[in-house]
Amino acid sequence: MDFFDDIIIDIKQLNFSRGGRYIYKDVDIRIPRGKVTAIMGPSGTGKTTLLRLIGGQLKPDSGSILLDGDDIPRLGRSELFDVREKMGMLFQSGALFTDMTVFENVAFPIRVHTQLPEDMVRDVVLMKLQAVGLRGAAQLMPSELSGGMSRRVALARAIALAPALVMYDEPFTGQDPIAMGVLVNLIQKLNQALGHTSIIVSHDIKETLSIADYVYIIADSGVIAQGTPDQLQQVDSEQVRQFMLGLPDGPVPFHFPAADIATELMEGC
Amino acid sequence: MQPVLDSIALLGRSGLDKVAAIGRSGMILAHAIVARPDPVQSFPLLIRQLYSVGVQSMVIIIVSGLFIGMVLALQGYTLLVDYGTEQAVGQMVALSLVRELAPVVAALLFAGRAGSALTAEIGLMKTTEQLSSMEMIGVDPLRRIIAPRFWAGFISLPILTMIFSAVGIWGGMLVGVEWLGIYEGSFWANMQNSVDFFDDVVNGLIKAQVFGLVVTWVAVFQGYDSIPTSEGISQATTKTVVYSSLAILGLDFIMTALMFGDF
Repeated sequence: MDFFDDIIIDIKQLNFSRGGRYIYKDVDIRIPRGKVTAIMGPSGTGKTTLLRLIGGQLKPDSGSILLDGDDIPRLGRSELFDVREKMGMLFQSGALFTDMTVFENVAFPIRVHTQLPEDMVRDVVLMKLQAVGLRGAAQLMPSELSGGMSRRVALARAIALAPALVMYDEPFTGQDPIAMGVLVNLIQKLNQALGHTSIIVSHDIKETLSIADYVYIIADSGVIAQGTPDQLQQVDSEQVRQFMLGLPDGPVPFHFPAADIATELMEGC
Repeated sequence: MQPVLDSIALLGRSGLDKVAAIGRSGMILAHAIVARPDPVQSFPLLIRQLYSVGVQSMVIIIVSGLFIGMVLALQGYTLLVDYGTEQAVGQMVALSLVRELAPVVAALLFAGRAGSALTAEIGLMKTTEQLSSMEMIGVDPLRRIIAPRFWAGFISLPILTMIFSAVGIWGGMLVGVEWLGIYEGSFWANMQNSVDFFDDVVNGLIKAQVFGLVVTWVAVFQGYDSIPTSEGISQATTKTVVYSSLAILGLDFIMTALMFGDF
């Protein structure tokens, strides 16, 4: 079966610029339903921007972003908030509400969007926390959690309403190997168990490729390569190879563009 | 020629930025005012903000009101005793406080205590992506975060102003009657005869209401529109105190001229 028989997000001819510089130029991306899709690429290429465009927090200059037929950039404010109930997002920092306990954080979307009685809210929250292994931390405040625990709580909150789409923004950045392994495992297991679609934005190649079904590599305002993790290993592009192998110099230069060093040093004499 | 053109372009860009900021602040005010309240979810949020914005500002309001009332009585006595009219100290303290000092000083203190705290809190929520995550959960932060804070400030300041006036008058009485020995009957009678409820008390509260609107609007807008860095929050907090203070003093002059000017 083709990956793209059933797609949840269809991005067509996306153009987005900031400060006169194109972040995305005529980009087409399709996200298959129920799969783990990775968006990878060097820092500063606009991976997080892509998630914010899908979430409707940024508006593109032109192009369409269809989520199950809804064109996100053309939705009104209240329609956008309705569509977001289908999405969950795990922010890089966790972005937990600091004035609420872990329990309250996970209960927040359930209380806002459903009319469930309080004892049922409690059961759902405890099940979500159990899924991420933090039921015992329910009464802690976010300030009492480690970075890895914060992200797991944020993950529990992101899946609280069983969204159709979960977006992960750099979930592995700054994590120790154990926390990273836990997160990789969780993302994969939750995707399989709950059947939602996952989009992972990351530049942690090994971890991301281990769970991704399909990968887009972003650079130079567009998609420079795409395919399954196995297909990407075969791509004959220096830019892709530099990124996949983590080479310090190549098409993405080590040095920021500058005048010739000899000329610049002589100017001071 | 080029530097001149660059300067004109810079001026134009700065003007456009200011107009855009005014537009954004207007949008925030409109959202905060017309946000459809959900009694079940909004009321507890409002109560919590009334506590943090209003109740927690009471200490500074009470202490300042007390000392300002005491100083007014002391200064008034020193001046009036030369003319043998020290019984008018009560009238002087009450009118100064109710018409002018209570609304203005309470608003300035409110801007420094509650306004800056609101800006810093909202700015920090933006920096730590809490506002973004709220949006992605499908909750409008303008309704959930901004509206209750705005209404709490709008409701709190007139009440704090009344407390300021009451405590200030009591402080004036302590100094005038208890310490300097002004006859208590004259102190209160002169005050009662000279202070008009509508002309003085109501006009003072109208001022407080306008200041409450302006200070809270500036505070929530600066927080919501801040650059999400530590330096950005610092600048936003400073702007809240500076813009609010200038707006309070400027509006006070205009309202005083309209309310009490006899032209």
